[in-house]
Amino acid sequence: MSQITIDAAGIHYTPLNKQIRQAVRDGASEIILKNVMGQRFIGDGLIGSVKIVIHGVPGGDLGMFMKGPTIEVFGNADHAPGNTMDEGTIIIHGASGDATAHSMRGGKVFVRDDIGYRGGIHMKQYLNKRPVLVVGGTAKAFLGEYMAGGLVILFRMKDEEPYAEMGLASGIHGGEIFIRGTVKEWTPGIGSTAQLASSEDIERIKPFIMEFSQYFNVDPSELLNSSYTRIAPVSARPFAGKYTWE
Amino acid sequence: MIIGSRPARFQVVVDKNQCMLCGRCVENCSYGVFRIEQDGIVTNTRNCVACHRCISQCPRDAITIMERPCDYRSHPVWTAQMKENIFKQAESGKILLGGMGNAAPYPILFDHLVLDACQVTNPSIDPLREPMELRTYIGKKPKQLEYIQTSDGDTSLITELTPNLKLETPIMIGHMSYGAISLNAHKAMAQAVSEIGTFMGTGEGGLHEALYPYQDRMIVQVASGRFGVDVHYLERGAAIEIKIGQGAKPGIGGHLPGEKVCADVSCTRMIPEGSDAISPAPHHDIYSIEDLKQLVISLKEATEWKKPVFVKIAAVHNVAAIAAGIARSGADAVVIDGFRGGTGAAPAVFRDHVGIPIEAAIAAVDTKLRKQGIRNEVSIIASGGIRQSADVAKAICLGADAVYIGTAALIAMGCRVCGTCYRGLCSWGIATQRPDLVARLHPDEAAHNVKNLIDAWTLELAELMGAAGINSIESLRGNRDRLRGYMLDQTMLDVLDVKAIGA
Repeated sequence: MSQITIDAAGIHYTPLNKQIRQAVRDGASEIILKNVMGQRFIGDGLIGSVKIVIHGVPGGDLGMFMKGPTIEVFGNADHAPGNTMDEGTIIIHGASGDATAHSMRGGKVFVRDDIGYRGGIHMKQYLNKRPVLVVGGTAKAFLGEYMAGGLVILFRMKDEEPYAEMGLASGIHGGEIFIRGTVKEWTPGIGSTAQLASSEDIERIKPFIMEFSQYFNVDPSELLNSSYTRIAPVSARPFAGKYTWE
Repeated sequence: MIIGSRPARFQVVVDKNQCMLCGRCVENCSYGVFRIEQDGIVTNTRNCVACHRCISQCPRDAITIMERPCDYRSHPVWTAQMKENIFKQAESGKILLGGMGNAAPYPILFDHLVLDACQVTNPSIDPLREPMELRTYIGKKPKQLEYIQTSDGDTSLITELTPNLKLETPIMIGHMSYGAISLNAHKAMAQAVSEIGTFMGTGEGGLHEALYPYQDRMIVQVASGRFGVDVHYLERGAAIEIKIGQGAKPGIGGHLPGEKVCADVSCTRMIPEGSDAISPAPHHDIYSIEDLKQLVISLKEATEWKKPVFVKIAAVHNVAAIAAGIARSGADAVVIDGFRGGTGAAPAVFRDHVGIPIEAAIAAVDTKLRKQGIRNEVSIIASGGIRQSADVAKAICLGADAVYIGTAALIAMGCRVCGTCYRGLCSWGIATQRPDLVARLHPDEAAHNVKNLIDAWTLELAELMGAAGINSIESLRGNRDRLRGYMLDQTMLDVLDVKAIGA
């Protein structure tokens, strides 16, 4: 049960990750990284239950392939945090870049502000592994494309207009997306449907609303009392009718 | 509008004088061609795909299969295939899908290249009595080695070496996923490569736990679907391969149909049973050559820089420039898959019309990397249509470090290249998940065949090298002087950087 602080100023990501792995091997339960400035791959492939607190802006692929740890970022994150992540939690007190939660297979990613393009793209689930991406702000185009499982929730806390980004969930064949408020009728991509979420649906996402509110010190009542649009696949076999045999 | 029946593609005839009504054909045909009735075996010839399982099991040679028993009017442009494709698309409005590799009659460049042998002026070597070095290392080679003198007068290497794969023969088995092919097929190949001292690819289907005993001989693949990829999977592999493209279908993704996603495949791929397994066309975290570098490094960071990382691309027009980019991405090997590469299923239009042959791609990539002084940064692994040991030798002469075989390994296990892998009914137990069919392929026996094939090719390769007076594979690599082009035009000779016969 020990806490270790690493000053990341001027350290390249490979030695930084080595120091993190060493700290985990030495039994650290919490690692505080100070002065992080764009170092990529923090927590990449890391296994265990350590908590990593990042002060600064981590670079791309934060927590990629990660299995178990919790990463809390006090700052923004770059490209693809939670990429192909397996287990654990990433909490970002800020915004994150494109392909956030790309191909994620388990664990949770919470982003306080906005995310870039292709968020939650090709997330998938298997048995008890169900990845969750919760975003306080909004998301750019191609959110949840090719989704094969998992859950994406978009609160759009600063937006009142209907969601209006193209390619929403095109090719989705598993999982679901909740967007607070409504979406423009042209946003859902091929293979997806958008419908008003039922009270049972909202009951299902309630634990994640509560968790989000707790991390970012937000009053959950407004989020709980809002209406949501649920985007879901039309079929688990989107390409079944596209081909004929030679 | 009804186009009506087309002529059956095959005619199956059972010779009643030979047939002893044992019923093995009925039992063995997974496509439902045969049934026993009172007056003997009756055939539904239209169901036949010419997989020859019946012929292989018939104790009396009673079965004959003939192709195209009923002809169309012959025509050089509007061939039977062209007409039938149009019929199918006129009826369905859909994309035509086919199994196995390129089926268009392009000339095969390997067959227009001939190898050299020694006569008089320099002696050939007999591999029976001279050592032949076929051991191959895949991975980065340092540009130079730096040593220091230690205090006790010894020298010590200070250059940091990167991990390489050590192959006892420059022949590996390429990536065919569990899902596309059966677990018994995977087990057989894994056993064979382990015994030989070479490697095989997992394909994009994850690594089944039955293969864990062979994990040191497996190259684990990370493709755009990221199926079965977690940190343990990465740690298990001897190397990691990022699949960008495939020779049989450059530029497009893959869809394993839900029918093939059974309980075991679902577990290995980590997706729900019966769901389509969709690999998007690009990796959605790689939209540029800089992003590729990020994925390469992320895999190295995740595995603490202990594993070589390969990048596999389809051979396309600008393959050399793309490979040069890959060589600068930190990757340890570039795998080039030519347009004759196999597949379980691909749109026929891609399979037959997109990409370039492996021979030209190897030559172009090797030349480009040498010109840029970065040939040592990556090994070149060539695949796609390697049919025999001569192709291996020629590929190495053109500049490859090693080859991947795919279809040839399947043929060693009984595959007849019937091209209907996508039906999931493979009577040989290779491209199927149906338990009764999979059980037909005995892993130990099939492993023996695959090992025999690679052993035989390795022996032939040693003989070819010996005949050329070469005793190390290193001296064959990129040795285009030992090739000559036969009936190739000057442009092609220039691309291959090979002289014409007699020159």
